[in-house]
Amino acid sequence: MSTDTTTEGAATALAPTASAISKALANSPRPARPGPLATSLIFGQRAMLKIRHVPEQLFDVTLFPVMMTVLFTWLFGGAIAGSTQEYIQFLAPGVLVQSVLMITMYTGVTLRTDIDKGVFDRFRSLPIWRPSALVGMLLGDAVRFTIASVVTSIVCLLLGWRPAGGFVGVTMGVLLLLVFAFALGWIWTFLSMILRTPNSIMGVAMFVLMPLTFGSNIFVNPETMPGWLQGWVSVNPVSHLVTAVRAFMDGLPVGNELWITLGWSGLLVAVFGSLTMWKYRDPR
Amino acid sequence: MADLAIETENLTKIYGETRAVDGIDLAIPQGGVHGFLGPNGAGKTTTIRMLATLIKPDSGTARVLGFDTEKQADEVRSRVSLTGQFASVDEDLPGRDNLRLLAKLYGYSGSAANARADELLEAFGLTDAATRPVKKYSGGMRRRIDICASIVVTPELLFLDEPTTGLDPRSRNEVWDVIRTMVDYGTTVLLTTQYLDEADQLADRISVIDTGKVIAEGSSTELKASVGSGTVHVRVMHRDDRDAAREILTRELGTEVELSNDPQALVANVSATGRVTRAITALETADIALAQFSLGQPTLDEVFLALTGKHAETNDEEAAA
Repeated sequence: MSTDTTTEGAATALAPTASAISKALANSPRPARPGPLATSLIFGQRAMLKIRHVPEQLFDVTLFPVMMTVLFTWLFGGAIAGSTQEYIQFLAPGVLVQSVLMITMYTGVTLRTDIDKGVFDRFRSLPIWRPSALVGMLLGDAVRFTIASVVTSIVCLLLGWRPAGGFVGVTMGVLLLLVFAFALGWIWTFLSMILRTPNSIMGVAMFVLMPLTFGSNIFVNPETMPGWLQGWVSVNPVSHLVTAVRAFMDGLPVGNELWITLGWSGLLVAVFGSLTMWKYRDPR
Repeated sequence: MADLAIETENLTKIYGETRAVDGIDLAIPQGGVHGFLGPNGAGKTTTIRMLATLIKPDSGTARVLGFDTEKQADEVRSRVSLTGQFASVDEDLPGRDNLRLLAKLYGYSGSAANARADELLEAFGLTDAATRPVKKYSGGMRRRIDICASIVVTPELLFLDEPTTGLDPRSRNEVWDVIRTMVDYGTTVLLTTQYLDEADQLADRISVIDTGKVIAEGSSTELKASVGSGTVHVRVMHRDDRDAAREILTRELGTEVELSNDPQALVANVSATGRVTRAITALETADIALAQFSLGQPTLDEVFLALTGKHAETNDEEAAA
């Protein structure tokens, strides 16, 4: 008798029931429309949930920075600064910047995959502030970038990095880096609107990131470079970012580099944010 | 005008050289199910995406529930819902989380969002799968969670893009029942399908779409009547007899007789059913043994064939849909 009831219960739970569906349809108030900030944060929450359910996606933000830091410290340390111990003092802030900027490109790759799967059709058909799906995604990425920053910092500390700016200086440097990474992310979101496959986004992103990160003052002092390269390094926004981050972490005055970096960040958001939204409204 | 769920004028979308949607005029009343029937690449999905404000038309206008899809897109979005051809929920997340996030985006508070998600999961028989990622769902469950996601806030108009493509017959019947329940409740449903029996089963009115144009419109009975009042299906016992049978049928029915792909079968649309009895007698007199002889309403496939000169279901090439 009791077994009968349980099987019956299980059977009804497995099929949709008309009466319950009618009830659910009728029981649907229309709550007040949430604002842009609220919806962006909900999308940020979605990114967090995705990390919880697919933790593998933290691979790139943890292993990649560790590999880069260890590799570059031991590869160049002896040749450039005489010892890895000395080189890490110079390299640490730069390699932090490099690690985080390199993984920003996964933002575009993830977005393209989401678009292909059709999830974004649902988001775009909702009565909400349209950019919030993208803003929320970048906010979620900020968490991934923070993880990458913490991991890289710890590795650098283990390799003998002793930042004079202390905890506050390092934190300030990381915050500035996160602002720039968020701004740079809009380039990749735009790419994911105009390119059709995740692979092509990776390709273009590498092509942009290589000169931005290697053609900078991350690894060596630009004084030894030929004139044309010095010219590029001095206008490269990543160089300004690295100089500012270094100043924060070394406990030195930051000066203009901070404002130049913030200016670049604003410009990137204004240009690529607008381009992204223009394409987002009417994608292929 | 306010009574129309959808009203379009010369709606057009061009992708490169292809006129994906080529000047579609629609006037769809509220209530019931309207079907878009057509093969892959006919422009059904593109039309729906324009109506749901996902893409902009290149020319022409569309009004949904009285609101312009371009100038009043937000008004449209707050009244319609779309269930796309592919899973329009996040596959990595459990069904419950998907619904919770959507409820919150509609403005539900945390606890109200949870309650709404649970209520929907239960109504759609998904409670057991609530905490499993959607990618582990079966095809039928996936469709159900998709539809759940579309009615987190009950829409006035629901777009369903090929809701049963790739489903097994049982899941297909379940989805049909769900659609009927929603229509009974008062939701207008716009359904695209390439399955003729699906349009037949569900849709009150059907727009037949081919190469970006509406080529016929009406109830399924009207569409069938436009082909003729009935269709005669004949299968001869021996395939050698087919040509002789064709000759007799053409003469007796007074209409053109088509040869099917099946080497023993013949099909003819007839306007006067009285001649059918004469035809059967004539075949018997000629000593042609029959395996099957039936008179029925034409199927929508035959309607499609009559309208476009090609079969609906064999035209399977993928195009920019």
